[in-house]
Order: sequence, then C-alpha cells, then structure tokens
Amino acid sequence: MIEFRGVTKRFPDGTVAVDELDLTVTDGGITVFVGPSGCGKTTSLRMINRMIEPSGGTIEIDGTDVMSGDAAHLRRGIGYVIQQAGLFPHRTILDNIATVPMLLGWSRAKARSRAGELMEIVGLAPEMAKRYPSQLSGGQQQRVGVARALAADPPILLMDEPFSAVDPVVRESLQDELLRLQAELSKTIVFVTHDIDEAVKLGDKVAVFRTGGVLAQYDEPGHLLARPADDFVDGFVGRDRGYRGLGFLSADGLPLGALETVRLGSPAPSGDWTLVVDDADRPQGWLAGRDRTDGAPVTAEHLVPGGSLYDVTSGSLRSALDAALSSPSGRGVAVDADGRVVGSIGADDVLAALATARAAA
Amino acid sequence: MTGVIDWFADPANWSGPDGVPVRLLEHLQYTLLALVIAAVIAIPLGLWIGHTGRGGFLVVGSANALRALPTFGLLVLLANVFGIALTPPIAALVILAIPPMLAGTYAGVQAVDRAIVDAARGMGMGEREVLLRVELPNALPLILGGVRSATLQIIATATIAAYVALGGLGRYIIDGLALRNFAEMAAGSILLALLAIGIDLLLAALQRTVVSPGLRTPAAIRTRPRLRAV
Repeated sequence: MIEFRGVTKRFPDGTVAVDELDLTVTDGGITVFVGPSGCGKTTSLRMINRMIEPSGGTIEIDGTDVMSGDAAHLRRGIGYVIQQAGLFPHRTILDNIATVPMLLGWSRAKARSRAGELMEIVGLAPEMAKRYPSQLSGGQQQRVGVARALAADPPILLMDEPFSAVDPVVRESLQDELLRLQAELSKTIVFVTHDIDEAVKLGDKVAVFRTGGVLAQYDEPGHLLARPADDFVDGFVGRDRGYRGLGFLSADGLPLGALETVRLGSPAPSGDWTLVVDDADRPQGWLAGRDRTDGAPVTAEHLVPGGSLYDVTSGSLRSALDAALSSPSGRGVAVDADGRVVGSIGADDVLAALATARAAA
Repeated sequence: MTGVIDWFADPANWSGPDGVPVRLLEHLQYTLLALVIAAVIAIPLGLWIGHTGRGGFLVVGSANALRALPTFGLLVLLANVFGIALTPPIAALVILAIPPMLAGTYAGVQAVDRAIVDAARGMGMGEREVLLRVELPNALPLILGGVRSATLQIIATATIAAYVALGGLGRYIIDGLALRNFAEMAAGSILLALLAIGIDLLLAALQRTVVSPGLRTPAAIRTRPRLRAV
C-alpha cells in the first residue's frame, strides 16, 4: 500500500507541482494518474521512488516513509518503466533486463537466466536476447522496458507514460499485454498517462489531477464516467462518456431473443433479415429480404457484412449495445466463447437493462 | 625525389643513435608520455564535469584558450624557465593534448540521452554506477575521438622537441633545415606522416574493440569489425 499524506512539491522557482496530495494506492491493482500537462501526475509518481523528493508531507510504502532509507536501495525494490523505455544502448537486451538483479548482487548466470524467463513472460522471442536496443522496434523496446522493471520481482511497478511514444495499434496491444501480465502477476502498479481512454481501460482506480497539482477525483473508472465530480473532470473525461460508461456495466442477465439462422448453401428461407452461419454456427453475414430468391441456395456473394459481436461470456452493456447498433438488421448477434451464435439482442433490451442497473444503484 | 629515395636506401640512416629506429622510438616515447599525462588529467575531469554539469563553461573557455596558445612560443618559454630537458616539450605537448580530450569527454557524457540516465538512477544505480556503467560506455566514441585527435596533434607537434636539442623524428627536419639537406627533411616528414597514419589505424582498431556494438548504427552491428580507412 502506498500512502500520500499531505504531499506537496514546490520547485526552487516557486512553482507548485503537487499541492497537499492525500491518496492511497491499494495493493495488487492498477492505479492510474491522469491529467493535462502540468498537473503534477508525473511528479507524484516520481516522488514514490524518490526521483523527486517532496517538499512537504510524507509518502509511505507499507508504513515506511520512503525518505527514511537509502534512495538507491529503495529504487532497487521498485520497478520503473519510462517513456521510450530508456534502454541502455550499449547493452544487449538480455543484459538490459538483468540490470537490477546484477545491482542486487546476483551472479551473472542467475541474473541472465532470470532475464531469459522474463523475455518469455513479456512475449519476446529468445533470439532477441543478443540484440541491441537500436535493432528493436518501439513496441519491442517497451516490452524490454517492462521486462527490465520486473526482473527482480518487485511488488510495486511505476510506469511513467510508457506507451505514449508508440503508434496507436501497438499501444493497444501493449495495453492488452499489460492487463494480461497483471492478471498473472498482481503487482501494485502506478501508471501515469495523459490519455483518459488509456486510464479508463487500464485503471482499477483512476486519479484525475488538475493543473496546479490538485487531485480532482479519485474513483473507479465506471464511476468517473457516470458521475464526474465537477466540470473539470466532466470536460476531461470527454465526449460520449455515457456510452463509454456502459463498458463498465456487466451485461449479465440480459435477455436474449431468438434468431433465425441459415447455413451457407442451404435454401434461403422467407422473411426480412436472416443471419447466415457456417457449419460451426459461426456468423458469416446477413441475408437481406430484397436479395433473396426463395428456395435458391445461399451463397457468399449474397451476404451483407454483419456488425460487431456480443460475447455473452465476457461482454459489457457497451458491447451488447454496439452489436445491436452496428447490425444491418437492428438485431445484435450474441455469441458464446467459441463464437457460436446463441441468440440476438436489441438496443431496447440494453436500455431496459441500464434502467434496472440505475434503479439498483 | 631521388634524393629522398637515396636517403631511405642508405643503410647508415637505419642504424646508430641517429638512425630511423631510434628516432622513431624516441618520438613514440614522447607521444605516449604526453598522451598518458594529458589523458589522466583530461578524461577524469571531463567525466566529472559532464556528469555533474558543473563547470561546463570551464571546458569551453579553457579549450579555446589552450587552443589559441602557440605551442612553439610555449616551448621556448618553458625551455627558458626549465632549461634544456624533457620537461618543457612534454609539458607543451600535454597542454596541447588536453583540450581535445577534455572537450571530447565532456561532450560525450553530455550527449548521453537523459532518459537513459534517468532510467539508470530510477533502477537504483548510485552516482558512481551511473557514471561508470552507463555514461562512460556511451560516451566512449566521443572520448576516443578526442584521444585520436589529441594523439595526431601530439605526433605532429612532438617534432619541435628537436628544437630544444631532444631526439625524435623532428631531428631530421630541424637538422636537415640547418644543413640545407632537403632530402633528409622530406624523409623526416614522410616518416612522421606514416607514423601518424599507423597510430591512428591502431586507435581505430582499439575503438572497434572497446566500443559496444550497440552504439553503432543498427545496420552496422551485424557486420564483422573491420579497420576503417583514415
């Protein structure tokens, strides 16, 4: 547990970067610090491992003031990932990852074998071990950065805008990777970003900072979207927050409607819209009423592409609503974990479920 | 031209206290002595200034001031103070060699990406480890660049040691001038040039072995180290 108590950082030129911050980071979750530039989010993060020292207040990790011991010793026990990874260009990937174990006095062989394990954990091919950072792509470098931070198995991981320098597609895969890793490792992660979408996606809890180093709201992402504390948070959370908030509401118990399906190659039935499936009941597309010649076999060229799919095992109200809205027939396709069609969903059903959830809250 | 060839062909020029091997060795001794003394002063100082960021003005100021010093005038001055001995020419060469090495070392450390230094500290390296394990290896290309340029300057300028009655390849040039023996002067110059090229090739090879392959361009990392032409 990391506890900020009345923490203030005033720089020599008089700027107040963080102002009387009180905040508790709970163990085993991802806590995201988010806000516009100059809001003190990075300063707050860097005060945890004393890269910046507070001018007032205390920061405690499991009850111990971070200022009480040796700074280098404290930092060796806390994983640290920065923007653009900050890999050592003169060391191989394997030796980069082995940095902290070597600092802790492990033998070279043990440190390198641990580094090899981590490469596997973060999804780096073994042949990368002998390469140098300049030979890797931005996304691969950032994976190495994460592996390096995890090498000595620290309970806490500090991540300072780690994914902001990579392109959106790679960023998304790195985010998914981080969530997968976290599900396995359950570290206490403090993550700084200026991107609210990233904050909402990754955070178990999100701290929104406003300019001047003041904490505006500290809440679960679903609550942040549903009930912003003030106009600043509302504005920062951005457009479509009502729709995005649906992503945090479970779709459990959403009633599924029946759905008429037809296999490819079978005679076309009568009716307005029919979903076409393959032999394993996986959706292939829709057959429109106007395109059909009754009784003739359904072929691939008749198909209208379908919308997004709603997975009943893991989907949220957002994915259910999106399935309904993006389907050409107006009925969203619900599938099970194997991708088999199990029924359909209408936008009205989602709105009704939302009303129920609101009444219960 | 034939005079020069004749000079090289004359066995008398290859033996005895005025022979090429002896003069070459003397020249190398002066060079090495001046280089080591200058490096011991300039490199640690450059590392410290680059690491702490304190005294950067000192590097720029002193480098320019020392470069502006006329080495020959300095030599005459020092010879007047200390007399005819090894000290004046070596001191002059040391003063000449400090600026390029100091500037190269300082610039090398300064040029290390701040994000890397930040990461090093953030992972729990102490200042000493940051300097020796991160900044120094990354600054090596520029440090060695300074060493190479200092070495070339020393080799060229060590010629003036002959002016204050010492040995080295400069003897051929000074004596040749005094005796109007232009073949000997030309031979001395050729030997000097060959020495400079040979030493620089050696240093280039050294640079190849001590600088991490990771600091080369990505395309060059896989290729086998080869001597680079000067």
